[in-house]
Amino acid sequence: MAVKDYIAPSSVDDAVAVLSEHGADARPFAGGTDLIIQVRERRRQVGIMLDVKKIPELMEYSIGADGSLRVGAAVACARLYNDAEVARRFPALIDSASLIGGIQIQSRASLGGNLCNSSPAGDSIPTLIALGATCEIAGRGGRRTVPVESFCTGPGANVLQPGELLVSLTFPAPAANSGAAFERFIPRNEMDIAVANAAANVTLSADGATFTAARIAIGAVAPTALLVAETGAALAGKPVSADTIAAAAAAARAAARPITDMRGSADQRRHLAGVLVTRVIEKAVERARKA
Amino acid sequence: MSKKHITTRINGEDVEFLAEPGASLLAALRDELGLTGSKEGCNNGNCGACNVVFDGALVNACCVLAVEANGVEITTIEGVANGEELHPLQTSFLENAALQCGICTPGFIVAAKALLDKEPDADEARIRHWLAGNLCRCTGYDKIVRAVLDAAADMRRTPA
Repeated sequence: MAVKDYIAPSSVDDAVAVLSEHGADARPFAGGTDLIIQVRERRRQVGIMLDVKKIPELMEYSIGADGSLRVGAAVACARLYNDAEVARRFPALIDSASLIGGIQIQSRASLGGNLCNSSPAGDSIPTLIALGATCEIAGRGGRRTVPVESFCTGPGANVLQPGELLVSLTFPAPAANSGAAFERFIPRNEMDIAVANAAANVTLSADGATFTAARIAIGAVAPTALLVAETGAALAGKPVSADTIAAAAAAARAAARPITDMRGSADQRRHLAGVLVTRVIEKAVERARKA
Repeated sequence: MSKKHITTRINGEDVEFLAEPGASLLAALRDELGLTGSKEGCNNGNCGACNVVFDGALVNACCVLAVEANGVEITTIEGVANGEELHPLQTSFLENAALQCGICTPGFIVAAKALLDKEPDADEARIRHWLAGNLCRCTGYDKIVRAVLDAAADMRRTPA
């Protein structure tokens, strides 16, 4: 069992020092809505609970002069969706942040924590990928950045090395005439783990009739959420039409590598990947035309 | 494994206790402080029976470490009534028979109060969405939602 200590450093450097000294025995947490439960249920051995919520840099978010959004890794989902300006500029982020768990979870859970937990079904991850987020990681040697689609390496696994801490996520300013959206499928109305999920970020021509670029990501249908380049390619340069979107959905189904488990069969998940990609593209187009 | 000395404020009173570094706030409330109104249902963040207001936010006490309570203001179900006088939500739950076994009730009342304190005009859809993180295996939820709607109307008529 034995959690031996709780440490709440006040700076990134201090946190990195603790992580460097104790290696895998120390584990950072923000909301703790995954980690505290994993430790209690003995699914993960942790000696030192490293609370990162006293580190100002991890608890701040801001929209830059260029329209980009930087979100500290420990910022609670509720803070983001309660901010009207963030919600207006990054509605897909709000799609995700407002359905991770219930209100009680959203009070504490963070995008950074959702990403570091690296569940294949994490409900923020396809959105982070579609929006082209960059991860800022601090370690003893300084800081490095990783595109979010390269962050997760398998179920519960990611690129963080011993001694490293996720500091922030940065989202580029949305392009002109662009829109993004996220959806998931669950058998309940709320509070469930995705059977499949998907996010789309599309850019349209000025007249709204043609896709000029697209980033599509699908989740819970492979060991990690996937950026599906083929789906983006199926859209770019094509007219906004049911046929174009159907081709993109077919590419998403082909890219899915789902498993069968208690939440759904591989066939169902592959089907859902196509349905959800269709829906998020349609919603993203609607938002792009309103933008 | 050394215990941490925690100073916090619960239901308006200063409280001190010793916490194991891995213990949950729920365990501390129930086992160290005798505040057994917060219930352990699932103990994994699904059921909401342990809801408390922590630093102004509705949380599951099972998903918070007790040591995190240092310097924080907490309201539990024990702090909802005003002495012997029940909160309108508590009265409404009784009048609407919005409980059977009662294990989920403290969580529902703390959660519903957190909503109505912020949004006194919350409608049925908003209430149902807000309470999605609270599970009840007895009532089928309808009586709970009616009770919250009635309490909200009552609270709007006679603001605290």
